Amino acid sequence: MFSMSAIVEVQNLTKQYGDLTAVNGISFGVNRGICFGLLGPNGAGKTTTIEMMEGLIQPTSGEIAFFGRALDKEALKQIGIQFQSTALQDYLTVNETLELFSSFYPEPADKDEVMSLCDLHEIADRRHQKLSGGQKQRLLLALALINDPQILFLDEPTTGLDPHARRNFWDLISDIKKRGKTIILTTHYMDEAEYLCDEIVIMDQGNIIAQDTPQKLLTDHFSGAIMRLPIANLGDIAISDIGRPFGEHHVDIDAADVEQVISDLLSRGIKLEGLQVKSANLDDLFIKLTGHQLQETSETEAGECI
Amino acid sequence: MRQFYRRFSAILKARNLEFFRDRSSLGWSIVFPVLLLAGFALVFSGDGKSQYKVGVVNKTSEVSEFSQTKFVEFVSYKSEQNALDKLRQHRLDLLVNYQSKTYWLNESSPNGYFMEQILLSKVNANDWKKDSVDGRQIRYVDWVLPGILGMNMMFSCLFGVGYVIVRYRKNMVLKRLNATPVTAFEFLTAQIVSRLFIVMFLSSAVFIGCNWMFDFYMLGSYFDLFLIGVLGAFSLISLGLLIASRSRSEELTGGLLNMATWPMMILSGVWFSLEGSPEFIRQVAYFLPLTHLVEGARAVMTEGAGLMELSHHIAVLVTMTLVFLGLGTVLFRWEGDGR
Repeated sequence: MFSMSAIVEVQNLTKQYGDLTAVNGISFGVNRGICFGLLGPNGAGKTTTIEMMEGLIQPTSGEIAFFGRALDKEALKQIGIQFQSTALQDYLTVNETLELFSSFYPEPADKDEVMSLCDLHEIADRRHQKLSGGQKQRLLLALALINDPQILFLDEPTTGLDPHARRNFWDLISDIKKRGKTIILTTHYMDEAEYLCDEIVIMDQGNIIAQDTPQKLLTDHFSGAIMRLPIANLGDIAISDIGRPFGEHHVDIDAADVEQVISDLLSRGIKLEGLQVKSANLDDLFIKLTGHQLQETSETEAGECI
Repeated sequence: MRQFYRRFSAILKARNLEFFRDRSSLGWSIVFPVLLLAGFALVFSGDGKSQYKVGVVNKTSEVSEFSQTKFVEFVSYKSEQNALDKLRQHRLDLLVNYQSKTYWLNESSPNGYFMEQILLSKVNANDWKKDSVDGRQIRYVDWVLPGILGMNMMFSCLFGVGYVIVRYRKNMVLKRLNATPVTAFEFLTAQIVSRLFIVMFLSSAVFIGCNWMFDFYMLGSYFDLFLIGVLGAFSLISLGLLIASRSRSEELTGGLLNMATWPMMILSGVWFSLEGSPEFIRQVAYFLPLTHLVEGARAVMTEGAGLMELSHHIAVLVTMTLVFLGLGTVLFRWEGDGR
């Protein structure tokens, strides 16, 4: 799976907090110039993983390499980081905050260019406490870019933004990617990963449960379309006979051939009232995968007990 | 080295901007000491003493008639020089030496005149020699000023450094800095220098402003006073760093800072002299940096002490600074508690 052009490599990375295993021996590589996504629900271990890669948390075991070398303070000059939530020093303006961070690096990026890229010129003299959510995220992104990094870490960059601000932010990240930067981001929005990422890793409870390009994962796990029916329509027929449950009121059917499935359903006397036909997305994939995964882990645990 | 200076000065500048733009805390750190001083000047606008005080040098075991006088406090001194200084400052009304049968009084003190009359009525006036000294009276305001400024510096240093670092750590300003090439040393040095500058700037401003209002008693050199101020502030800032070295709880740190400030408020001689207090209290006070700051500054102002006389206070303050700073740097964590 590791390619020779991987600029970040993670091997058997584990982090334990007491009895809790936050990250459980995961391995992956990130190729140059791509947008790499770490997906998963809250508590899956995404942030712990990314913070170990940023050198902020000491791993319990495992290795992390940048450009083929172990992570050190020198490597920090090559990476830019946007945290999930960051407070900045109070009473500083956008411009002053950028100047402050710019002075930390031996070869900072051109401040004006970063400000133009992140659309900050208009609010340059505003104190950062007074920024809106979207403006604040753009400032944090600009701080992550101020050292002209080769690798950019974004930890849930659009959490808490309104849909419009999210779209703008996505366009911004696409722009940055076009400049040849490698982007590693975590998110729990599957649509964000589909929009931005070239490669994704799906995490659940500290483990990697899927790893590939979004398209490949979708075609591997879903054929054709997903048909969603109200459970009430099934009558006496068991859910597992025709598909898998989605929430409490619907059943999902993987349909390679939609017409075929419809005629099957009709022939079994199932009403089509309320039927939705949709193409599978990463949300569906995640639900499908974690459903399996949860059962598997509980089985192995039971086996170990015996 | 150039890198160090660049990062250091950037953090320094940011911290200073942050402080001076926070108008409420800036205003408070100026208004608080001025209000206290004005209050004391008002309360003690009389001469602040209800009792006569007579110094005795070379106290003899024989009981003289004069020393039986009611409502007069007799204080024994070993050093004549020391006692004469007090007389000059009107802290004694009269000084007597039974062996050489000499007495001194301050010509500008009305109380001295009365005590002289009483003395001469109790002893054979022809045997006694009179001598006089000259000097302005020390008001309580003059005496308490180093204490109030010192206390204000203490709060500013301990809370301004300790609390701010813990707040930075809690709301992840430190985490963000840790993700840059900035080192702990660069960060901490900038915090110390910034606070040193702020504290000395504000204290000097308050001193100059109040001096204009109250015309303080000042026998020593302003340079020595400033030096003692800088050393005292440095040791207090180091103590603040030590207290804040790894906690991420503002409540806990607030408690620890209070635990450090209250003993100093009471025992470091801010409000009253420790001269007459029990030995163990003076021993405790000896280990508090504020004690040396206040006593040193007071010695410069009211006794005209020079660097030689201050060398003991200076040595203690430097030692404390090195110990606190060393421990604080070793214990310092960006993340704090466990991580």
